[in-house]
Amino acid sequence: MSTVWPALEAILPRVAKPARYIGGEDGAQEPEHLPGQVAWLLAYPDTYEIGLPNQGLQILYEILNERADSVAERTYAPWVDLEELLRSEGIPLFSVDTHRPASDFDILAFNLSAELTYTNLLAMVDLAGCPVRSADRTPHDLLIGVGGHCTYNPEPIAPFLDFVVLGDGEEAVGEISAALAPWKAARDAGEPVTREDALVILAGIEGVYVPSLYEAVHDPDTGLLLETRPIHPAAPASVEKRTIADLGDWPYPRNQLVPLTEVVHDRLNVEVFRGCTRGCRFCQAGMITRPVRERPADQVRTMVADGLRRTGYDEVALTSLSTADFSGIEGVVGEIVRNTEGEMGCGDVSVSLPSLRVDAFTVGIAAEIQRARRTGLTFAPEGGTWRMRQVINKLISEDDLYGAVESAYSQGWRRMKLYFLIGLPTETDEDTLGIAELARNVVAIGKKFHKSPSVTVSVGGFVPKPFTPFQWFGQNTREELHRKVTLLRDATRKDHGVQLKWHDPRATTVEGIMSRGDRRLADVIEDVWRHGGTFQEWSEKFDLDLWLAALERHGLSVEELVYRHRTEDEALPWDHLSAGLHKDFLWQDWRDALDEVGLEDCRWTPCYDCGACTGYGIEHVVANATPPAGGSQGTGRAVPVTLGVRPADPVGAPS
Amino acid sequence: MTATPAVATTTDEPAAPKGPGPVQVVTVRIRFAKQGKVRFTSHRDVARMWERALRRVQLPVARSQGFSPRPRLHFGLALSTGHESLAEYLDVDLVEGTAVDVAALPDILTPALPRGLTATAAAEVPPGTPSLQHAVTSCRWEIEVGGLDLAALAARSEALLAAPELVMTRQRKGKDVTDDVRPHLHDLVAVARDGVPLLVAELGAQNRGLRPSELVALLGPEAREVRVCRTHQFTEHDGTRSEPLAVDDPVPAPHAEVRAS
Repeated sequence: MSTVWPALEAILPRVAKPARYIGGEDGAQEPEHLPGQVAWLLAYPDTYEIGLPNQGLQILYEILNERADSVAERTYAPWVDLEELLRSEGIPLFSVDTHRPASDFDILAFNLSAELTYTNLLAMVDLAGCPVRSADRTPHDLLIGVGGHCTYNPEPIAPFLDFVVLGDGEEAVGEISAALAPWKAARDAGEPVTREDALVILAGIEGVYVPSLYEAVHDPDTGLLLETRPIHPAAPASVEKRTIADLGDWPYPRNQLVPLTEVVHDRLNVEVFRGCTRGCRFCQAGMITRPVRERPADQVRTMVADGLRRTGYDEVALTSLSTADFSGIEGVVGEIVRNTEGEMGCGDVSVSLPSLRVDAFTVGIAAEIQRARRTGLTFAPEGGTWRMRQVINKLISEDDLYGAVESAYSQGWRRMKLYFLIGLPTETDEDTLGIAELARNVVAIGKKFHKSPSVTVSVGGFVPKPFTPFQWFGQNTREELHRKVTLLRDATRKDHGVQLKWHDPRATTVEGIMSRGDRRLADVIEDVWRHGGTFQEWSEKFDLDLWLAALERHGLSVEELVYRHRTEDEALPWDHLSAGLHKDFLWQDWRDALDEVGLEDCRWTPCYDCGACTGYGIEHVVANATPPAGGSQGTGRAVPVTLGVRPADPVGAPS
Repeated sequence: MTATPAVATTTDEPAAPKGPGPVQVVTVRIRFAKQGKVRFTSHRDVARMWERALRRVQLPVARSQGFSPRPRLHFGLALSTGHESLAEYLDVDLVEGTAVDVAALPDILTPALPRGLTATAAAEVPPGTPSLQHAVTSCRWEIEVGGLDLAALAARSEALLAAPELVMTRQRKGKDVTDDVRPHLHDLVAVARDGVPLLVAELGAQNRGLRPSELVALLGPEAREVRVCRTHQFTEHDGTRSEPLAVDDPVPAPHAEVRAS
């Protein structure tokens, strides 16, 4: 076995936080690579602290290592200090598990969760000793694959990729291993196989998109995309995402990695359901992960109990897109709290529920499980006025919010954090200023219970995402976002209890470039990387000028890519990919948004045929058909809003 | 890694007579080694590893009072990230009334720790024992130095010991402080082990003391720190020097993979 460890060991004393590069976590595997096995190097294109907790990567790591025909190890983006030393010492990208060089693997597969990491992907492919463009690779070079939420529009990075897996990876990675093993065996036996052979094999797997087998046709005059079409008989006209029918069949990760050094979300994480049908129109995750698939409550209990015992963590997060919606959530968390009390030597285990729903019922659950450390609670009303929240279909009434914070303050919480988006469709200054108004009222409620309550308002600029009803919306310019931030700063200046934080509008703009960009952007991304533009997620490294200069060099403009409204009949760069959602469903929902018409949660109301269930012959897996108590949204409680009625037979929808 | 409930029981019964088997203990001192790849973790990282390991073996650790209770673990002198050690210590306060088979602890704890951390001894700490931070007066180090051969290393070492004072500027709480570090240099010998030149140094630990990396800097610009291992920590009582917890064989049974790294 080859290893870079002796060379790496000599330079680690010279880099920051060297523990990021040593592996050895509890749960880590050091597989032997046998001939005939397909070797995957699973990568997260950001630092170890950000990438290690990624659950998707950990799930696939275990599944691939359980199979006889594959092995998997992990790698993360080396921080700039180490990257520089690796390059000067001639050390390639390596796995943290056995410190094998990347070239010992067959596939380098990235989890893509954020657009601003794309330049890191190029840096890592290059550091792996692999040509960055798919077209330049030989049969012995790595196959570069990607999965994760960003892959619903992989076009900006398409020329760098060999394959893309859409949707849930649990089944697809096994099929890819099985399909590639014979090709690899033939190659290693010296048979005349080509790289195209491998790509054609991959294109035959459901949910796998091979960009090089398609071409993007642009209008020669305007530059606008006309269509993306297959240019090879093996390439399907449309690639459908993969969906696992039952989360209960996949109790992963079984051995969650316990890092030796500090990382984000450093706790046991148990995914309680996948998918969300709340229908928030800005939320890509809620659209592309449908339908809702709950994990059986018994399995959740087992995974929590076994996980805590094995890892020694004293905190467990029940993860999903809206955990308070899990059937019988109260009973499940109550039991976890009771069962772990006394069992763990070091005292109480705390349970955290990321993505809290905004209502008093939810706060009640939080109170049940956070007996000890009541520091802060976070709510995400997203919009400042009821009108705005109807547009985005986040139907939280002011009573819900005030009820939730009153309940929280009265039960001992002191700090509230409120998340909002600015730059939403149809937003007026009244809507923006509504954010300040809500925050002010929350502080006033807090004053009833505490001397100086504190409310942190986090404001993010809205980036329209593919496969959402807002995919046609022209993103606010960064000047407009700046203006709105300033508006809020002025409005909250005299409110001592309100701390305003905002996401840099310049970063929002660059995210927008890639969120809905097309293949022409590959030159821009490569240009930014070649000019040193890595770690763009990190404010100290982000550089808007690099992006603007690169766009100009390649004759592209932010106006066309980001700020422009799309029309109904125009080709979108992801039209040849499918998240199961009918395009006319999304278009109708977009019209409803503009009409300020809400849409109920279909878990508990009749189907309106978005396409996610019907298209794939699968269903919601929900233990309880009754909506959870409390709150307005989709719970059957009367809300002062006209809920839209779906057309019985949407035009153009397959029956 | 499996829980061993037999290790500790919380009971209201009075303390059993001393002897093998579980006895009521208030504080346990554990000696451990840190070797191999795990040496690149920080002092704080190691503290978190211990918290998790103690929960895994379900040892009932006492917790601090207050808003955010923490397990009551007391670590000795911090070890720099990247340095190895055969002599690290921590004191663990247990929940009142806990009975523990102290002698069995190292064998139970080591499998619950990451590879490279090895518990080598454990003993009850009598009430009133001074904290590790204050008790330890000096440490012995083995320092592999690059850039100098054995003869040069020996000559420089002798010169340092012969110097009446060694004034150097070091960072202290973010500020440059210039002082004489000679009083902290207790002993220094250059030896060869398996053909590799090595410094064995005994350095003072109190009042900022002298760190191995600072000693290497005193050897001159060619000297390069390659590998550092703390082999002993010493306490002094009435003029006699001893270790907080002595072991017959401080070097853990060589773990193939650890040593390979």
